[in-house]
Amino acid sequence: MTAYKEAVRLGIARAMRADDDVFLFGLDVDDHLGIQGTTLGLAEEFGAKRCFGTPLSEDAMTGVAIGAAMAGMRPIHTHIRMDFLLLCMNQLVNIAAKAHYMFGGQVTVPMVARGIIGKSWGQGAQHSQGLHSLFMHIPGLHVVAPATPQDAMTCMMASVADNNPVVFVEHRLLYNREGPVDISAGASTIGKGRVCREGGDVTIVGISNMLHDALKAAALLEQANVSAEVIDPIWLAPLDMDLITRSVEKTGRLIVADAAWTACGASAEIVAAVAERVPGVQVARIGFAPTPCPTTPSLEKAFYPDAVTICVAAMRLAVPEASIPPFAAMAEDMQQDPVFKGPF
Amino acid sequence: MPAGHHRLNPCRRKPMSKNFDNDLISRLYRKIRLIRRMEEVVAEIYPSDKIKSPVHLSIGQEAISVAFCDPLRRQDVVSMTYRGHAAFLAKGGSPSGMMAELYGKRDGVAHGIAGSMHLVDMDNGILGASAVVGTTIPVAVGYAMAIKMRGEDRVVVCFLGDGATEEGVFPESLNFAALHGLPILFVCENNGLAIHSPLSNRWAQPDLCRRVEGYGVETHRFEDMDTIVLRAWAAERIEAIRTGASEGPIFAECPTYRWLQHVGPNDDHDQDYRDAGEAAHWRGKDEVARLGDALAPDMRSAIDEEVEAIIAEAVAYAESSPFPQPGELNVGAYA
Repeated sequence: MTAYKEAVRLGIARAMRADDDVFLFGLDVDDHLGIQGTTLGLAEEFGAKRCFGTPLSEDAMTGVAIGAAMAGMRPIHTHIRMDFLLLCMNQLVNIAAKAHYMFGGQVTVPMVARGIIGKSWGQGAQHSQGLHSLFMHIPGLHVVAPATPQDAMTCMMASVADNNPVVFVEHRLLYNREGPVDISAGASTIGKGRVCREGGDVTIVGISNMLHDALKAAALLEQANVSAEVIDPIWLAPLDMDLITRSVEKTGRLIVADAAWTACGASAEIVAAVAERVPGVQVARIGFAPTPCPTTPSLEKAFYPDAVTICVAAMRLAVPEASIPPFAAMAEDMQQDPVFKGPF
Repeated sequence: MPAGHHRLNPCRRKPMSKNFDNDLISRLYRKIRLIRRMEEVVAEIYPSDKIKSPVHLSIGQEAISVAFCDPLRRQDVVSMTYRGHAAFLAKGGSPSGMMAELYGKRDGVAHGIAGSMHLVDMDNGILGASAVVGTTIPVAVGYAMAIKMRGEDRVVVCFLGDGATEEGVFPESLNFAALHGLPILFVCENNGLAIHSPLSNRWAQPDLCRRVEGYGVETHRFEDMDTIVLRAWAAERIEAIRTGASEGPIFAECPTYRWLQHVGPNDDHDQDYRDAGEAAHWRGKDEVARLGDALAPDMRSAIDEEVEAIIAEAVAYAESSPFPQPGELNVGAYA
């Protein structure tokens, strides 16, 4: 079994071994903590020329990645929290996303921008945001949010090999989650999602860390005789709409659970795209409460949805007349999610 | 002294000595004349609405692009602003490809997608331009970093305006380029205006070079826009970066003056935001005329004829090229 953070590191290392033009940079990628372990040892293996820390300067460093990519390199730019990607928006949106099209196909921008969604231990308003939908909105960008160690490695390899700029969404709570990793596996297919659990009553799409809440919800719902199909979209741009549509055509009900707000979010996009394809579909979106994220645990708990939130939504869609079972108490008997303690 | 005081300097310039290298002057004149006439023709065509793109003409500022591109090799790289026609042509971009691009035609350098503001020609070392001020500065730095990583002897010249120095990426880029000793020459074309706002509305510290030096970057401020002087300095410093005799980055500030409106083909000195006396001052020391006057009349008229033929060909090329078809809309949205 391999932890997600180690799988991210393996994916980067394999991409760097495969192609000398790949380099990794960003604040603290070469320090003793190595971005929570995801970059540890890379400076030693590949040298300071291919793994180096930068001044903060997120805006200019994104431009540097773009310029290097235009010159034929394949940079991986790392941000210890996704919130810092807001400082990179001009470069990502106005140049990286558009360069291939706007410059008549004369250049490509093969770069990866890694951003980590924080959660728990008081991450607060500016270390917790899931901003992937901002990038899904922009033609020219690919967005990926792997939820398992295996996908973390293979999606990293696919992202580095992609000739388009990729926003690579990680989640802090996934880092210690372990799973089997076939280290001989090749790069994943861009835009390909996966059915993680089959079911007939309701489709639950779980994005990033919410995939695991969706799987937990499906197990709880089984005890209430509701059969849930769980889908990991893996790639948010492009979205595997064929996969999701096929599932909803079977179940007629769709819940999208996101590690982000719902308004104009990935959940809104998936629900809308399915509604265009499947007449009469019943839908629900699940995401952060529409507030900034609070630091104090008592409010933080109210801010985040979880498996129970998903279960309640599924019951209302699938068996609206039934009373809601005590899912929270039932969940206590299940294996608890991995957590982390601060400060990082 | 307020920023932009160079514009108040009296013109003390003498006619060019006949001792200058005639080949150099004819080469520089050919370029500056081509740029001036291309843009004059763009301005003439503009009211016909055949050019379907905002144009930011460089008329009056051409000497800087000509001087700094002349010492460059084809594989060297320039990064330019949306006021980029001069740099594009000076670095060897195709006049026909540019004109067709301004017309929105398929044979334009970017198949009509880019228009005037995003001209590009990677085969001739011209990075695509951005309409968002300053955005290309770190991109040029990243290109220079790749050159250094690969141990190549190419050099990047990054043109930017005075307004771009007010964007956050400018100091961020200076710091990073200096930290890594990157092979890049920043050239600030200081025309003293951001659209219509003068430096006095924008700069607390008018000594730009002093600010840049604070990042550990070698600087040079030119007092005037003299093509030969700029070119001689550029050739020496670019070669120093190329050979490693001087570590980059280097920064140059060049005073200049935009003769026409910010965007569009017209003079706008009737708009009362700048001094007509300044315009007369700068027009009185026009570098196109000055370089041309330094040539023998028959040589000058031969170059003029050659330039007119190139432009006529460019216009004919643009006129005859087809528009892209609607079905081509998605081509290249993703690589």
